[in-house]
Amino acid sequence: MTTPMVILRGVDKHFGELHVLRSIDLEVAPREVVVVIGPSGSGKSTLCRTINRLEPIDSGEIRVDGQPLPAEGAQLAQLRADVGMVFQSFNLFGHLSVLDNVMLAPLKVRKVGKATARTEAMALLERVGIADKADRFPAQLSGGQQQRAAIARSLAMHPKLMLFDEPTSALDPEMVNEVLEVMTSLAADGMTMVVVTHEMGFARRAADRVVFMDAGQIVEVAPPAGFFDATRSERARSFLSNVLAH
Amino acid sequence: MTAVIENLDPLLRALGTTVLILVISAAGSLVLGVLITVARVSPIPVLRGAAWAYVQVFVNVPLLALLLLAVFALPDAGLLMPLTTTVIVVLTVYEAAYVAEAVRSGINTVASGQVEAARALGLRLSQTLRHVVVPQAVRAVVQPLGNVMIALLMNTALAATVGVVELTSAVNKVNLVAAQPIPIFTAAGLTYMALALAIGLAAGRIEKKVAIHR
Repeated sequence: MTTPMVILRGVDKHFGELHVLRSIDLEVAPREVVVVIGPSGSGKSTLCRTINRLEPIDSGEIRVDGQPLPAEGAQLAQLRADVGMVFQSFNLFGHLSVLDNVMLAPLKVRKVGKATARTEAMALLERVGIADKADRFPAQLSGGQQQRAAIARSLAMHPKLMLFDEPTSALDPEMVNEVLEVMTSLAADGMTMVVVTHEMGFARRAADRVVFMDAGQIVEVAPPAGFFDATRSERARSFLSNVLAH
Repeated sequence: MTAVIENLDPLLRALGTTVLILVISAAGSLVLGVLITVARVSPIPVLRGAAWAYVQVFVNVPLLALLLLAVFALPDAGLLMPLTTTVIVVLTVYEAAYVAEAVRSGINTVASGQVEAARALGLRLSQTLRHVVVPQAVRAVVQPLGNVMIALLMNTALAATVGVVELTSAVNKVNLVAAQPIPIFTAAGLTYMALALAIGLAAGRIEKKVAIHR
Protein backbone atom coordinates (compact mmCIF):
# COMPACT_ATOMS: atom_id res chain seq x y z
CA MET A 1 0.00 0.00 0.00
CA THR A 2 1.30 3.47 -0.86
CA THR A 3 1.80 6.04 1.91
CA PRO A 4 -1.20 8.31 2.32
CA MET A 5 -0.69 11.88 1.09
CA VAL A 6 -2.24 13.25 4.26
CA ILE A 7 -2.55 11.65 7.68
CA LEU A 8 -4.31 13.28 10.62
CA ARG A 9 -4.17 11.38 13.88
CA GLY A 10 -5.90 12.48 17.07
CA VAL A 11 -5.87 16.12 16.02
CA ASP A 12 -7.26 18.52 18.62
CA LYS A 13 -7.59 22.27 18.41
CA HIS A 14 -9.18 24.94 20.59
CA PHE A 15 -9.99 28.58 19.85
CA GLY A 16 -10.03 29.77 23.45
CA GLU A 17 -13.01 28.03 25.02
CA LEU A 18 -14.23 26.62 21.72
CA HIS A 19 -13.16 23.06 20.94
CA VAL A 20 -13.06 23.32 17.13
CA LEU A 21 -11.42 20.00 16.31
CA ARG A 22 -12.04 16.93 18.48
CA SER A 23 -9.61 14.04 17.98
CA ILE A 24 -9.79 14.07 14.19
CA ASP A 25 -8.51 10.98 12.35
CA LEU A 26 -8.36 11.13 8.58
CA GLU A 27 -6.21 9.76 5.77
CA VAL A 28 -6.15 10.97 2.20
CA ALA A 29 -4.61 8.68 -0.41
CA PRO A 30 -2.59 9.99 -3.36
CA ARG A 31 -4.89 11.01 -6.24
CA GLU A 32 -7.85 10.89 -3.92
CA VAL A 33 -10.46 13.67 -3.77
CA VAL A 34 -11.92 14.13 -0.30
CA VAL A 35 -14.80 16.56 0.06
CA VAL A 36 -15.50 17.88 3.54
CA ILE A 37 -19.02 19.14 4.23
CA GLY A 38 -20.89 20.20 7.32
CA PRO A 39 -22.72 23.10 8.92
CA SER A 40 -21.02 26.46 9.62
CA GLY A 41 -18.80 26.28 12.66
CA SER A 42 -18.37 22.52 12.37
CA GLY A 43 -14.60 22.98 12.07
CA LYS A 44 -14.26 21.96 8.43
CA SER A 45 -12.37 25.09 7.36
CA THR A 46 -10.10 24.83 10.38
CA LEU A 47 -9.42 21.20 9.51
CA CYS A 48 -8.40 22.22 5.99
CA ARG A 49 -6.15 24.97 7.30
CA THR A 50 -4.31 22.72 9.74
CA ILE A 51 -2.99 20.58 6.89
CA ASN A 52 -0.51 23.27 5.78
CA ARG A 53 -0.25 24.62 9.33
CA LEU A 54 -1.96 27.94 8.66
CA GLU A 55 -3.65 26.85 11.89
CA PRO A 56 -1.31 25.19 14.38
CA ILE A 57 -2.88 22.33 16.33
CA ASP A 58 -2.94 21.72 20.09
CA SER A 59 -2.24 18.01 20.01
CA GLY A 60 -2.20 15.07 17.63
CA GLU A 61 -0.17 14.44 14.52
CA ILE A 62 -0.35 15.59 10.93
CA ARG A 63 1.78 14.14 8.16
CA VAL A 64 1.95 15.29 4.57
CA ASP A 65 3.47 12.81 2.13
CA GLY A 66 4.87 10.85 5.06
CA GLN A 67 6.59 13.85 6.61
CA PRO A 68 5.41 15.33 9.93
CA LEU A 69 4.53 19.04 9.71
CA PRO A 70 7.60 21.04 10.77
CA ALA A 71 7.42 24.06 13.09
CA GLU A 72 7.25 27.57 11.61
CA GLY A 73 10.39 28.31 9.61
CA ALA A 74 12.21 27.46 6.40
CA GLN A 75 11.18 23.79 6.44
CA LEU A 76 7.53 24.65 6.81
CA ALA A 77 7.81 27.15 3.96
CA GLN A 78 9.26 24.33 1.84
CA LEU A 79 6.36 22.04 2.68
CA ARG A 80 3.81 24.76 1.99
CA ALA A 81 5.38 25.30 -1.42
CA ASP A 82 4.35 21.72 -2.23
CA VAL A 83 0.80 22.11 -0.94
CA GLY A 84 -1.49 24.36 -2.95
CA MET A 85 -4.20 26.30 -1.19
CA VAL A 86 -7.25 28.07 -2.58
CA PHE A 87 -9.10 30.46 -0.29
CA GLN A 88 -12.71 31.52 -0.08
CA SER A 89 -11.71 35.16 -0.61
CA PHE A 90 -9.22 34.39 -3.41
CA ASN A 91 -6.46 36.45 -1.77
CA LEU A 92 -4.81 37.38 -5.04
CA PHE A 93 -2.03 39.91 -4.51
CA GLY A 94 -3.74 43.21 -5.27
CA HIS A 95 -0.66 45.09 -6.44
CA LEU A 96 0.33 42.50 -9.04
CA SER A 97 -1.16 41.63 -12.42
CA VAL A 98 -2.76 38.20 -12.78
CA LEU A 99 0.33 36.95 -14.61
CA ASP A 100 2.66 38.30 -11.89
CA ASN A 101 0.46 36.70 -9.24
CA VAL A 102 1.00 33.33 -10.88
CA MET A 103 4.73 33.93 -11.43
CA LEU A 104 5.66 35.30 -7.99
CA ALA A 105 6.12 32.08 -6.04
CA PRO A 106 7.87 30.13 -8.85
CA LEU A 107 10.31 33.05 -9.21
CA LYS A 108 10.97 33.69 -5.52
CA VAL A 109 10.52 30.26 -3.97
CA ARG A 110 11.46 27.82 -6.74
CA LYS A 111 13.97 30.25 -8.31
CA VAL A 112 12.68 29.38 -11.76
CA GLY A 113 13.97 31.54 -14.63
CA LYS A 114 11.73 34.41 -15.70
CA ALA A 115 11.08 33.12 -19.22
CA THR A 116 10.19 29.62 -17.99
CA ALA A 117 7.95 30.99 -15.24
CA ARG A 118 6.18 33.17 -17.76
CA THR A 119 5.59 30.37 -20.26
CA GLU A 120 4.27 28.08 -17.53
CA ALA A 121 2.09 30.78 -16.04
CA MET A 122 0.55 31.55 -19.43
CA ALA A 123 -0.11 27.85 -20.01
CA LEU A 124 -1.86 27.62 -16.64
CA LEU A 125 -3.94 30.72 -17.29
CA GLU A 126 -4.87 29.18 -20.63
CA ARG A 127 -5.88 26.01 -18.81
CA VAL A 128 -8.21 27.85 -16.42
CA GLY A 129 -9.55 29.93 -19.30
CA ILE A 130 -8.33 33.43 -18.44
CA ALA A 131 -5.19 33.80 -20.57
CA ASP A 132 -6.71 36.96 -22.06
CA LYS A 133 -6.79 38.52 -18.56
CA ALA A 134 -3.08 37.94 -17.85
CA ASP A 135 -2.21 41.64 -17.77
CA ARG A 136 -5.24 42.72 -15.76
CA PHE A 137 -5.16 43.38 -12.04
CA PRO A 138 -7.22 41.25 -9.66
CA ALA A 139 -9.72 44.02 -8.92
CA GLN A 140 -10.53 44.20 -12.66
CA LEU A 141 -11.69 40.58 -12.74
CA SER A 142 -14.97 38.95 -11.77
CA GLY A 143 -15.01 36.72 -8.70
CA GLY A 144 -15.02 33.56 -10.79
CA GLN A 145 -12.07 34.76 -12.85
CA GLN A 146 -10.18 35.75 -9.70
CA GLN A 147 -10.71 32.34 -8.18
CA ARG A 148 -9.53 30.61 -11.37
CA ALA A 149 -6.45 32.86 -11.31
CA ALA A 150 -5.88 31.82 -7.70
CA ILE A 151 -6.07 28.15 -8.70
CA ALA A 152 -3.55 28.80 -11.48
CA ARG A 153 -1.30 30.53 -8.93
CA SER A 154 -1.35 27.41 -6.75
CA LEU A 155 -0.81 25.05 -9.66
CA ALA A 156 2.28 27.01 -10.74
CA MET A 157 4.11 25.49 -7.77
CA HIS A 158 3.38 21.95 -9.03
CA PRO A 159 1.76 20.96 -5.73
CA LYS A 160 1.37 17.34 -4.78
CA LEU A 161 -1.76 18.22 -2.83
CA MET A 162 -4.36 20.95 -3.19
CA LEU A 163 -6.47 22.34 -0.36
CA PHE A 164 -9.67 24.19 -1.22
CA ASP A 165 -11.23 26.19 1.62
CA GLU A 166 -14.80 26.97 0.47
CA PRO A 167 -13.58 28.09 -2.97
CA THR A 168 -17.03 29.01 -4.30
CA SER A 169 -18.70 30.44 -1.19
CA ALA A 170 -17.88 34.06 -2.07
CA LEU A 171 -19.05 33.76 -5.67
CA ASP A 172 -22.23 34.79 -7.45
CA PRO A 173 -24.22 31.68 -8.35
CA GLU A 174 -23.53 31.98 -12.08
CA MET A 175 -19.77 32.01 -11.45
CA VAL A 176 -19.72 28.95 -9.26
CA ASN A 177 -19.78 26.55 -12.19
CA GLU A 178 -16.76 27.96 -14.01
CA VAL A 179 -14.70 27.36 -10.86
CA LEU A 180 -16.15 23.93 -10.19
CA GLU A 181 -15.37 22.91 -13.78
CA VAL A 182 -11.71 23.75 -13.28
CA MET A 183 -11.70 21.77 -10.03
CA THR A 184 -13.46 18.81 -11.62
CA SER A 185 -10.89 18.68 -14.40
CA LEU A 186 -8.09 18.84 -11.82
CA ALA A 187 -9.66 15.92 -10.00
CA ALA A 188 -9.97 13.99 -13.25
CA ASP A 189 -6.25 14.60 -13.91
CA GLY A 190 -5.43 12.82 -10.66
CA MET A 191 -4.67 15.72 -8.32
CA THR A 192 -4.92 14.87 -4.64
CA MET A 193 -7.51 17.25 -3.25
CA VAL A 194 -9.12 18.17 0.06
CA VAL A 195 -12.14 20.32 -0.68
CA VAL A 196 -14.25 22.09 1.93
CA THR A 197 -17.45 23.12 0.21
CA HIS A 198 -21.21 23.50 0.31
CA GLU A 199 -21.52 22.34 -3.30
CA MET A 200 -23.28 18.98 -2.96
CA GLY A 201 -23.32 18.51 -6.73
CA PHE A 202 -19.54 18.75 -6.86
CA ALA A 203 -19.23 16.32 -3.93
CA ARG A 204 -21.43 13.82 -5.71
CA ARG A 205 -19.64 14.20 -9.05
CA ALA A 206 -15.98 14.55 -8.14
CA ALA A 207 -15.44 13.15 -4.66
CA ASP A 208 -13.95 9.76 -3.93
CA ARG A 209 -15.07 10.13 -0.34
CA VAL A 210 -17.28 12.58 1.50
CA VAL A 211 -16.44 13.57 5.06
CA PHE A 212 -19.28 14.98 7.13
CA MET A 213 -18.27 17.09 10.14
CA ASP A 214 -20.30 18.50 12.99
CA ALA A 215 -19.25 20.26 16.20
CA GLY A 216 -15.57 19.60 15.59
CA GLN A 217 -15.96 15.90 14.96
CA ILE A 218 -15.99 13.69 11.89
CA VAL A 219 -19.44 12.16 12.02
CA GLU A 220 -19.49 10.15 8.83
CA VAL A 221 -17.09 9.17 6.03
CA ALA A 222 -18.42 7.45 2.92
CA PRO A 223 -18.19 7.40 -0.86
CA PRO A 224 -20.62 9.95 -2.32
CA ALA A 225 -23.17 7.41 -3.51
CA GLY A 226 -23.37 5.85 -0.07
CA PHE A 227 -23.30 9.16 1.72
CA PHE A 228 -26.01 10.93 -0.23
CA ASP A 229 -28.33 7.96 -0.88
CA ALA A 230 -27.87 5.93 2.29
CA THR A 231 -26.93 8.47 4.92
CA ARG A 232 -26.23 6.64 8.17
CA SER A 233 -26.04 9.33 10.85
CA GLU A 234 -29.11 11.27 11.96
CA ARG A 235 -27.08 14.53 12.08
CA ALA A 236 -25.96 14.19 8.46
CA ARG A 237 -29.48 13.30 7.37
CA SER A 238 -30.95 16.46 8.88
CA PHE A 239 -28.10 18.56 7.43
CA LEU A 240 -28.69 17.14 3.96
CA SER A 241 -32.44 17.57 4.14
CA ASN A 242 -31.85 21.24 5.01
CA VAL A 243 -29.35 22.00 2.23
CA LEU A 244 -31.04 19.90 -0.43
CA ALA A 245 -34.54 21.13 0.37
CA HIS A 246 -34.41 24.02 -2.10
CA MET B 1 4.84 95.43 1.17
CA THR B 2 7.91 97.74 1.19
CA ALA B 3 9.06 96.30 4.53
CA VAL B 4 9.15 92.83 3.01
CA ILE B 5 11.07 93.96 -0.07
CA GLU B 6 13.54 96.02 1.93
CA ASN B 7 14.27 93.07 4.19
CA LEU B 8 14.22 90.45 1.47
CA ASP B 9 17.75 89.31 2.16
CA PRO B 10 17.37 88.34 5.85
CA LEU B 11 13.88 87.00 5.18
CA LEU B 12 15.14 84.69 2.43
CA ARG B 13 17.94 83.54 4.71
CA ALA B 14 15.34 82.79 7.38
CA LEU B 15 13.22 80.91 4.84
CA GLY B 16 16.34 78.92 4.02
CA THR B 17 16.62 77.97 7.69
CA THR B 18 12.96 76.89 7.75
CA VAL B 19 13.46 74.71 4.66
CA LEU B 20 16.70 73.29 6.09
CA ILE B 21 14.96 72.31 9.35
CA LEU B 22 12.03 70.90 7.34
CA VAL B 23 14.09 68.79 4.95
CA ILE B 24 16.49 67.29 7.52
CA SER B 25 13.76 66.58 10.09
CA ALA B 26 11.52 65.11 7.37
CA ALA B 27 14.20 62.70 6.17
CA GLY B 28 15.20 61.84 9.74
CA SER B 29 11.66 61.27 10.98
CA LEU B 30 10.76 59.11 7.97
CA VAL B 31 13.74 56.82 8.57
CA LEU B 32 13.29 56.72 12.35
CA GLY B 33 9.52 56.29 12.01
CA VAL B 34 9.86 53.29 9.69
CA LEU B 35 12.39 51.70 12.08
CA ILE B 36 9.94 52.20 14.96
CA THR B 37 7.18 50.58 12.91
CA VAL B 38 9.38 47.59 12.13
CA ALA B 39 10.02 47.24 15.87
CA ARG B 40 6.30 47.59 16.53
CA VAL B 41 5.28 44.72 14.24
CA SER B 42 8.32 42.56 15.07
CA PRO B 43 7.85 39.23 16.85
CA ILE B 44 10.14 40.37 19.71
CA PRO B 45 8.07 41.57 22.71
CA VAL B 46 10.78 43.89 24.13
CA LEU B 47 11.12 45.73 20.82
CA ARG B 48 7.36 45.95 20.45
CA GLY B 49 6.99 47.38 23.95
CA ALA B 50 9.78 49.92 23.48
CA ALA B 51 8.32 51.14 20.18
CA TRP B 52 4.87 51.41 21.74
CA ALA B 53 6.27 53.42 24.67
CA TYR B 54 8.18 55.69 22.28
CA VAL B 55 5.05 56.53 20.31
CA GLN B 56 3.00 57.11 23.47
CA VAL B 57 5.58 59.52 24.91
CA PHE B 58 6.01 61.68 21.83
CA VAL B 59 2.36 61.73 20.78
CA ASN B 60 1.25 62.75 24.28
CA VAL B 61 3.78 65.49 25.11
CA PRO B 62 3.40 68.96 23.49
CA LEU B 63 6.14 69.78 21.02
CA LEU B 64 6.74 73.17 22.68
CA ALA B 65 7.39 71.44 26.00
CA LEU B 66 9.89 69.13 24.29
CA LEU B 67 11.63 72.06 22.62
CA LEU B 68 11.92 74.02 25.88
CA LEU B 69 13.15 70.90 27.62
CA ALA B 70 15.82 70.28 24.98
CA VAL B 71 16.96 73.88 24.74
CA PHE B 72 16.97 74.84 28.42
CA ALA B 73 17.20 71.60 30.39
CA LEU B 74 19.56 69.43 28.34
CA PRO B 75 22.50 71.90 28.57
CA ASP B 76 22.08 71.70 32.34
CA ALA B 77 22.52 67.97 32.01
CA GLY B 78 25.71 68.56 30.05
CA LEU B 79 24.35 68.23 26.51
CA LEU B 80 24.90 71.44 24.57
CA MET B 81 24.20 71.57 20.83
CA PRO B 82 23.77 74.49 18.43
CA LEU B 83 20.17 75.78 18.58
CA THR B 84 19.19 74.79 15.05
CA THR B 85 20.62 71.31 15.53
CA THR B 86 18.67 70.93 18.77
CA VAL B 87 15.45 71.92 17.04
CA ILE B 88 16.10 69.50 14.17
CA VAL B 89 16.73 66.64 16.61
CA VAL B 90 13.59 67.40 18.62
CA LEU B 91 11.40 67.70 15.51
CA THR B 92 12.85 64.45 14.14
CA VAL B 93 12.15 62.35 17.23
CA TYR B 94 8.75 64.02 17.69
CA GLU B 95 7.48 63.56 14.12
CA ALA B 96 8.92 60.04 13.94
CA ALA B 97 6.18 58.98 16.36
CA TYR B 98 3.53 60.27 13.94
CA VAL B 99 5.30 58.70 10.96
CA ALA B 100 5.35 55.38 12.84
CA GLU B 101 1.60 55.60 13.50
CA ALA B 102 0.88 56.40 9.83
CA VAL B 103 3.05 53.54 8.53
CA ARG B 104 1.58 51.10 11.02
CA SER B 105 -1.94 51.98 9.91
CA GLY B 106 -0.78 51.35 6.33
CA ILE B 107 0.45 47.88 7.22
CA ASN B 108 -2.88 47.23 8.91
CA THR B 109 -4.70 48.00 5.65
CA VAL B 110 -3.08 44.96 4.03
CA ALA B 111 -5.60 42.17 4.57
CA SER B 112 -4.40 39.18 6.56
CA GLY B 113 -5.47 36.97 3.64
CA GLN B 114 -2.62 38.45 1.59
CA VAL B 115 -0.11 37.23 4.16
CA GLU B 116 -1.80 33.83 4.38
CA ALA B 117 -1.75 33.40 0.62
CA ALA B 118 1.93 34.30 0.49
CA ARG B 119 2.80 31.88 3.29
CA ALA B 120 0.66 29.15 1.73
CA LEU B 121 2.73 29.52 -1.46
CA GLY B 122 5.93 28.92 0.50
CA LEU B 123 7.25 32.48 0.73
CA ARG B 124 9.35 33.08 3.82
CA LEU B 125 8.39 35.86 6.24
CA SER B 126 10.96 38.29 4.83
CA GLN B 127 9.82 37.54 1.26
CA THR B 128 6.20 37.98 2.31
CA LEU B 129 6.96 41.40 3.76
CA ARG B 130 9.09 42.47 0.83
CA HIS B 131 7.00 41.24 -2.09
CA VAL B 132 3.47 41.35 -0.71
CA VAL B 133 2.96 43.49 2.41
CA VAL B 134 5.23 46.50 1.97
CA PRO B 135 4.36 47.27 -1.67
CA GLN B 136 0.68 47.38 -0.71
CA ALA B 137 1.16 49.22 2.60
CA VAL B 138 3.13 52.01 0.89
CA ARG B 139 0.14 52.87 -1.28
CA ALA B 140 -2.11 53.49 1.69
CA VAL B 141 0.43 55.55 3.52
CA VAL B 142 1.60 58.23 1.05
CA GLN B 143 -1.16 60.75 1.71
CA PRO B 144 -1.12 60.39 5.54
CA LEU B 145 2.67 60.79 5.47
CA GLY B 146 2.22 63.93 3.35
CA ASN B 147 -0.02 65.28 6.10
CA VAL B 148 2.58 64.46 8.77
CA MET B 149 5.17 66.34 6.70
CA ILE B 150 2.87 69.36 6.38
CA ALA B 151 2.37 69.30 10.16
CA LEU B 152 6.14 69.16 10.49
CA LEU B 153 6.45 72.27 8.32
CA MET B 154 3.99 74.13 10.56
CA ASN B 155 5.83 72.92 13.63
CA THR B 156 9.13 74.41 12.43
CA ALA B 157 7.61 77.79 13.38
CA LEU B 158 7.91 76.78 17.04
CA ALA B 159 11.68 77.05 16.62
CA ALA B 160 11.12 80.82 16.86
CA THR B 161 10.18 80.44 20.52
CA VAL B 162 13.61 79.08 21.41
CA GLY B 163 15.60 81.66 19.47
CA VAL B 164 16.18 80.10 16.04
CA VAL B 165 15.86 82.74 13.34
CA GLU B 166 13.62 80.93 10.89
CA LEU B 167 10.79 82.43 8.87
CA THR B 168 8.34 83.20 11.69
CA SER B 169 11.02 84.64 13.92
CA ALA B 170 12.38 86.77 11.05
CA VAL B 171 9.06 88.27 10.03
CA ASN B 172 8.35 89.02 13.67
CA LYS B 173 11.62 90.95 13.88
CA VAL B 174 10.92 92.84 10.66
CA ASN B 175 7.51 93.80 11.98
CA LEU B 176 8.95 95.11 15.25
CA VAL B 177 10.84 97.69 13.23
CA ALA B 178 8.50 98.39 10.30
CA ALA B 179 5.15 97.96 12.08
CA GLN B 180 3.32 96.73 8.96
CA PRO B 181 1.79 93.56 10.41
CA ILE B 182 -0.77 92.88 7.67
CA PRO B 183 1.55 92.68 4.62
CA ILE B 184 4.39 91.13 6.60
CA PHE B 185 2.48 88.31 8.24
CA THR B 186 0.35 87.73 5.14
CA ALA B 187 3.51 87.24 3.11
CA ALA B 188 4.82 84.76 5.69
CA GLY B 189 1.48 82.93 5.75
CA LEU B 190 1.41 82.67 1.96
CA THR B 191 4.96 81.32 1.97
CA TYR B 192 4.01 78.55 4.43
CA MET B 193 0.94 77.82 2.32
CA ALA B 194 3.02 77.50 -0.84
CA LEU B 195 5.40 75.08 0.88
CA ALA B 196 2.50 73.02 2.28
CA LEU B 197 0.86 72.91 -1.16
CA ALA B 198 4.12 71.73 -2.69
CA ILE B 199 4.31 68.87 -0.14
CA GLY B 200 0.65 67.99 -0.78
CA LEU B 201 1.12 67.99 -4.56
CA ALA B 202 4.25 65.86 -4.30
CA ALA B 203 2.36 63.35 -2.11
CA GLY B 204 -0.49 63.29 -4.63
CA ARG B 205 1.91 62.58 -7.51
CA ILE B 206 3.66 59.81 -5.62
CA GLU B 207 0.32 58.32 -4.65
CA LYS B 208 -0.81 58.25 -8.29
CA LYS B 209 2.44 56.65 -9.34
CA VAL B 210 2.13 53.76 -6.89
CA ALA B 211 -1.67 53.40 -7.13
CA ILE B 212 -3.21 49.97 -7.66
CA HIS B 213 -4.94 49.71 -11.02
CA ARG B 214 -8.68 49.12 -10.84
